Amino acid sequence: MLQKVDDTAPLLTVNNIEVIYNHVILVLKGVSLSVPRGGIVAILGANGAGKTTTLKAISNLLRAERGEVTKGSITFEGDEIQNLSPSELVKRGCIQVMEGRHCFGHLTIEENLMTGAFTRTDGRTAINRDLEKVYTYFPRLKERRKSQAGYTSGGEQQMCAIGRALMSRPTTILLDEPSMGLAPQLVEEIFEIVRNLNAQEGVTFLLAEQNTNIALRYATYGYILESGRVVMDGDAKELRENEDVKEFYLGIAGEGRKSFRDVKHYKRRKRWLA
Amino acid sequence: MSPDFLNFIETFLNGLMAGVMYSLVALGFVLIFKASGIFNFAQGVMALFAALTLVGFQTGQVPFAHLIRAIFGVEILHWGAGMPTILALILTMGVMVALAFLIERLVLKHLVNQAPIILFMATIGLAWFLEGLGDLMWGADIKPMDVGLPSGGSFWWEDLTATWAAQGSDYYGMYIDTLDVSAAIIAVALVVALSLFSQYTATGRALRAVADDHQAALSVGISLRRIWVIVWSLAGFVALVAGILWGAKSGVQFSLSLIALKALPVLILGGFTSIPGAIVGGLIIGVGEKLAEAYIGPLVGGAIENWFAYMLALAFLLFRPQGLYGEKIIERI
Repeated sequence: MLQKVDDTAPLLTVNNIEVIYNHVILVLKGVSLSVPRGGIVAILGANGAGKTTTLKAISNLLRAERGEVTKGSITFEGDEIQNLSPSELVKRGCIQVMEGRHCFGHLTIEENLMTGAFTRTDGRTAINRDLEKVYTYFPRLKERRKSQAGYTSGGEQQMCAIGRALMSRPTTILLDEPSMGLAPQLVEEIFEIVRNLNAQEGVTFLLAEQNTNIALRYATYGYILESGRVVMDGDAKELRENEDVKEFYLGIAGEGRKSFRDVKHYKRRKRWLA
Repeated sequence: MSPDFLNFIETFLNGLMAGVMYSLVALGFVLIFKASGIFNFAQGVMALFAALTLVGFQTGQVPFAHLIRAIFGVEILHWGAGMPTILALILTMGVMVALAFLIERLVLKHLVNQAPIILFMATIGLAWFLEGLGDLMWGADIKPMDVGLPSGGSFWWEDLTATWAAQGSDYYGMYIDTLDVSAAIIAVALVVALSLFSQYTATGRALRAVADDHQAALSVGISLRRIWVIVWSLAGFVALVAGILWGAKSGVQFSLSLIALKALPVLILGGFTSIPGAIVGGLIIGVGEKLAEAYIGPLVGGAIENWFAYMLALAFLLFRPQGLYGEKIIERI
């Protein structure tokens, strides 16, 4: 069934959400962001800033970890989705690739990919066609299709995890920390594939990443999270050129080597920024 | 062949047959443990409950008859002549699926993400509950189970083996129970069906995925709640088969639920997560028990069949705690 969609409205919006784990631990203190259709948006920040929690709040995997969105709302294609189960969200086209790959170790690569099609009802031929498509994006997976995922390399597992998500025919992929534990060359390769998928298949990406440098090169827009709040956002290009971002996240100091006195100043400025 | 050697073969075969029965019970445990990490203490009681329900349907008992009499004073114990076995089987399976559904709804759903020990405790509660429910629904008397399986010794086999012994020796053939043979055939068919199901269907693949990493399974849109209902239904099915075979052997009675205790050493031997392990573990225990009774028994005054399995399990716990086939943990370094 075709639906008339407003192309200018954001595909995914997060409005001022607050997330509490275990009824006591406040992790997100009012995060808002919006993801345009067909964009690549990056959530940046250090360890524990709340990137993963934000993604899990959207995909609703939070509940399985005793987390809860207590304030604010999340909309996907215009509908509020906080109360949808992950499987309903996957059916609607929003799927998360979890941090640390999480492939099914004892299943073969091909079986892993096929689990991604679990929610689909459009028949075998369509699913097999998509499997071939995934193999054209990730030729390496085709070589290893019969090996157990647990015995493949980290890069192959990351590809497998993304491929598995693609098998559900998503419109949006929430990609958590794709660079984790991978060699720089592989990270580049993965991001290159992300860009291709975005351009050729029209898949929208929201990615959480610690590697600010590479994320800002591939993303169109970025949000910087610090201790559960968005402290800065803007076009990727702008962020890349911002002095503070350069200093705090890209490790490029403006004016040469610094003395110890600057550290205090740095901390004060950073606190202010947060 | 000398009669001694033939006796050895006979003991061995009977051990295998007994082992198949142990494997069947262990299988139910493994299914649930793999998919949800729950050690289902109620598996034995599920077998009892399934057997009770089957016999009840078959013989046309009215469920809750005693309760009805106590409340309304109406005496209706039977509603007719009973029904054909196949219909009773289908209805019983329906009851087991409904049970799986209720367990998910009323118990598991509320205990998501709790520590395994809490879930284990919940299954103990479930065991007590089911036991009481079985009594209340179908009464506590011992009932015979007859689903048309053959029983008694096989004369054909006895006559055949009698000719194997050396000429002139005092040997009259081996005894093998036809019920045990059909149990073995059914068990093999069940295991083959289960492994085909888990290997080649989308649902089977999802089951294995959940067993591997339930968070990832959740993230690709596999509904854990649905999987749990399926797994508990499967376990209910296995319990039904075990209940039929054990019930046919020793009558449907409360002690049927204690077969779960025999499954424990099997699981320790075979590993909690392996279906082949459950089979091989069961066979080893069955054969070991019978051989030990026949050959070591006389030396220590007999009756070691009852504790031999537990000794074997203890030895395994000391030297190979993951069992023979316990899942090898694949870890990248």
